[in-house]
Amino acid sequence: MPLDWILMLVLAWLLIGSAGVLALRRLTLVARLLFPAGGLVGLLLLVAAALALREAPASAVLPLGLPSLPFHFRLDSLAAFFLMVIGAASTGISFFAAGYFRRGEGTPPGLLCLEYHVFLASMVLVVLADDAYAFMVMWETMALSSFFLVIANHRLPEIRRAGYLYLLMAHIGAIGILLCFGVLQANTGDYTFANMRAQHLSPFWASLAFLLALFGFGAKAGIVPLHVWLPEAHPAAPSPVSALMSGIMLKTAIYGLLRVTFDLLHTPLWWWGVLLLGLGLLSALYGVVFAAVQVDMKRLLAYSSIENIGLLVAGIGLAALFAAYGMHPMAALALTAVLYHSVSHAFFKSLLFVATGSVLHATRERSLGKLGGLIRFMPWVAWMTLIGALTSAGLPPLGGFVPEWLLLQSFLFTPGLPNAFLNMLVPVAAALIALVAALAGYTMVKFFGVIFLGQPREEKLSQAHDAGFWERLGMLWLVSGCVALGLFPVPVITLLDAVTRPLVGAGLGAAVSGSQWLLIPVSLERASYGPALFLLGVAVSLALAFALVRAFYHGRLRRAPPWDCGYPWQNPRMQDTAEGFGQPIREIFSPFFRIERSLPTPFDAQPHYRVSVGDHFWHWLYLPVARLVERLARLIGLLQRGRIAIYLLYSFVTLIAVLMVVKR
Amino acid sequence: MNALGYLSQLLEIFLALLLAPLLSGWINQWRAWLQNKSAPSLFQPYRKLHKLFNKDLVLAEHASSLYRITPYVVFGCMALACAIIPSLSTDLPLSPAADAIALVGLFALARVFISLAAMDVGTAFGTLGARREMLIGFLAEPALLMVLFSASLLSKSTSLTTIVDTLAHRDLAIYPSLAFAGVAFTMVSLAENARIPVDNPATHLELTMIHEALILEYSGRHLALLEWASSLKLFAYSCAGLALFFPWGIADALSPLALLLALPMLILKLALGGALLALLESVSAKMRIFRVPEFLATAFLLAVIGMLVNILLGV
Repeated sequence: MPLDWILMLVLAWLLIGSAGVLALRRLTLVARLLFPAGGLVGLLLLVAAALALREAPASAVLPLGLPSLPFHFRLDSLAAFFLMVIGAASTGISFFAAGYFRRGEGTPPGLLCLEYHVFLASMVLVVLADDAYAFMVMWETMALSSFFLVIANHRLPEIRRAGYLYLLMAHIGAIGILLCFGVLQANTGDYTFANMRAQHLSPFWASLAFLLALFGFGAKAGIVPLHVWLPEAHPAAPSPVSALMSGIMLKTAIYGLLRVTFDLLHTPLWWWGVLLLGLGLLSALYGVVFAAVQVDMKRLLAYSSIENIGLLVAGIGLAALFAAYGMHPMAALALTAVLYHSVSHAFFKSLLFVATGSVLHATRERSLGKLGGLIRFMPWVAWMTLIGALTSAGLPPLGGFVPEWLLLQSFLFTPGLPNAFLNMLVPVAAALIALVAALAGYTMVKFFGVIFLGQPREEKLSQAHDAGFWERLGMLWLVSGCVALGLFPVPVITLLDAVTRPLVGAGLGAAVSGSQWLLIPVSLERASYGPALFLLGVAVSLALAFALVRAFYHGRLRRAPPWDCGYPWQNPRMQDTAEGFGQPIREIFSPFFRIERSLPTPFDAQPHYRVSVGDHFWHWLYLPVARLVERLARLIGLLQRGRIAIYLLYSFVTLIAVLMVVKR
Repeated sequence: MNALGYLSQLLEIFLALLLAPLLSGWINQWRAWLQNKSAPSLFQPYRKLHKLFNKDLVLAEHASSLYRITPYVVFGCMALACAIIPSLSTDLPLSPAADAIALVGLFALARVFISLAAMDVGTAFGTLGARREMLIGFLAEPALLMVLFSASLLSKSTSLTTIVDTLAHRDLAIYPSLAFAGVAFTMVSLAENARIPVDNPATHLELTMIHEALILEYSGRHLALLEWASSLKLFAYSCAGLALFFPWGIADALSPLALLLALPMLILKLALGGALLALLESVSAKMRIFRVPEFLATAFLLAVIGMLVNILLGV
């Protein structure tokens, strides 16, 4: 029984976490034993979930929690798929974490180990939960454990502030999810998902439930305009935790959205699809444009996560649109793209975040403006990050390209939609996806180029050291995921068939299994993509070029100072900075930003150039709401007089009022 | 797949490798004629490649291995691009490996590598060039994709060979969506191949150069490979344009005779296209770099309009 196995693995994680508390300050024990053990459990989870993927759904009832409210768990193919994502990505991150945590950084290592493994366990249980009660408890455990992980370095005030914002957004979202479950149970009082699935809600109530779910899960996933916590919380957290949050935790929100939209609510309405598509595209464009102008490497990655979540949501929207019109094979294509992107994003974003961790440890710098040239001092990290960056840029033949390709293919199918207006909108959406993908390339060139290439912008960077054994092992696992997902899409998509079939009633398994080396989603005439053949083509021509040049000409090589049009007084400060690299984006997309600039005058003795790029949503949405809440709180505060007599009066008046109501 | 397919595949690759420098030479010759200059020989690009291959390789002191493999990667990408674009025949064994979307991805891969290599040495011009190249790339890439989508919608396929097969066998008529796409494609090709009005391949003027700034630090065999790769890119774009908008004469799977006929047809089309490109470059002025986003945004919008026309009118 895979479900029992998975529950045992969760227990193992909890035990490892508890062992961390026993070895509170013994870093070597925690790092060398507990985190690698956690990584192995992740690997076992991957295997167990992969075995469960094709099996019939299994359920279990655990007598935990309140007496009459046991926890229901259910392992179906959708849950099994997301468990695979959790297992696969957490393996690499845990191995990395074994080499990452150091002494003297805020929370003691043993406690971090507890929070880390509780976080992992709660994510597994969120995905397994089969009633609203268990779901909410696990969802809150997930939010709280990750909150404590975010503020691991709690001595810094900006980290506490980021943690507070994160906690606030997590809870506002949780309210939405709770209300959504309230609507879904349709006054039956039975909060199991099985009951919700059996209800047939009217379009009004179904739409209300969908909107509440979109709000709740959107706050967790970081859909614009609920994205503001991501760029604050991700840089604040230690790098493995950022990797967990961005690579895996955001996916639990995607899981929730899929669960509610396609499973609990059966068939989506068409305008849900349009709404998801619009919000997704907005998030994707917003995220990538902001990522391109960031100067902090972890903030850049956080915005890139918003972009990827946007692409996922847009894909879900397209799938919903197709499903609403009964075009099941197309819906399966779009949904396959979404699921594929979920797993590939889990790999490459985790990889990039842990790589920033290595850079941070080696240099103590997070600002792109003070890095540079690290490929010479940390070649391992640099080359593995390059793979991650190319995957993130959606370049063939790596893992990021396959879902992009599938998504664009499903957009090309839309002219079959029975709604003429939608048919017109969808190519525009495809154009936006293409723009986002191209901008992601820009961002990743900036990310990789400014950190690892060029000359070191600071003296101390030449002392940077490469990552240690465990960090390399963790990264290597994530890199191999990126490469394998890119080169072998057919087995993965055949697996995904089992996931899409229960949700939208169709799958790509039969279509793609015709050829092992070519990915053919519909027919060979329609479209095909062979990543292995593609790589072979590039590699063979590369090798031939190399061999022939060597065979016919000489291999002489001379080192000299760079030429740079003959300008001899070079220094590293003349390279493009991160701000400079983002400048064209800032100009072209200037309406997106709230730019505050102070320029020096010619007469300044010490000229300073300062530019800050802000977020319109923060200024026009969050700050007004925050001010409103403060004002209301002050009004309520008027009630608090601090004198016992007045409070007694309140009680008395309330009592009278209640009695009057009851009397009638 | 049959023997003829493999033969045409090999023929296509070798032809691209051989003819690409010739096409550049031909364009340069026409440009010189149009500007009342005496033209260099048609075979000047080959001489240049030979000279560069023989020269010593001078490498910047702290250049990393990424910098050293980039010329080979870019060359490999362009060779593959020439292999999958149907220029002679639509019976290509390699073609299923990459469709129109993957072709755009292939160009993007080459662009990312060359931009990273330009940043690697860490000079002011290198990073400047990398930034500009990526700027042009992120504007041109979606436009190119939209052009290919217009053709895909007409032929209900993203496979390049199917697109060309369908377009070659339709009735001779002007398709409005393809007309928009054609204009957009021309604009994108000018930008992507570093031609006037976006970039000038014949200048090293510091403030305006893009492509030349990228390869400024390269020398010897690396530079030769990059020069060859950029002429391959021009060749690939020309063949793609010819295949999409003037597909007549490209052989399909059935007859070896058609393959023999396809070769002179291709050379004729390329010669005409090259002369037109030289004319286009001679009559237009280089635009300021700030205007390039507008230029490419126009191309992008034209391509999207082409797609919309296709969806609304079905042609």
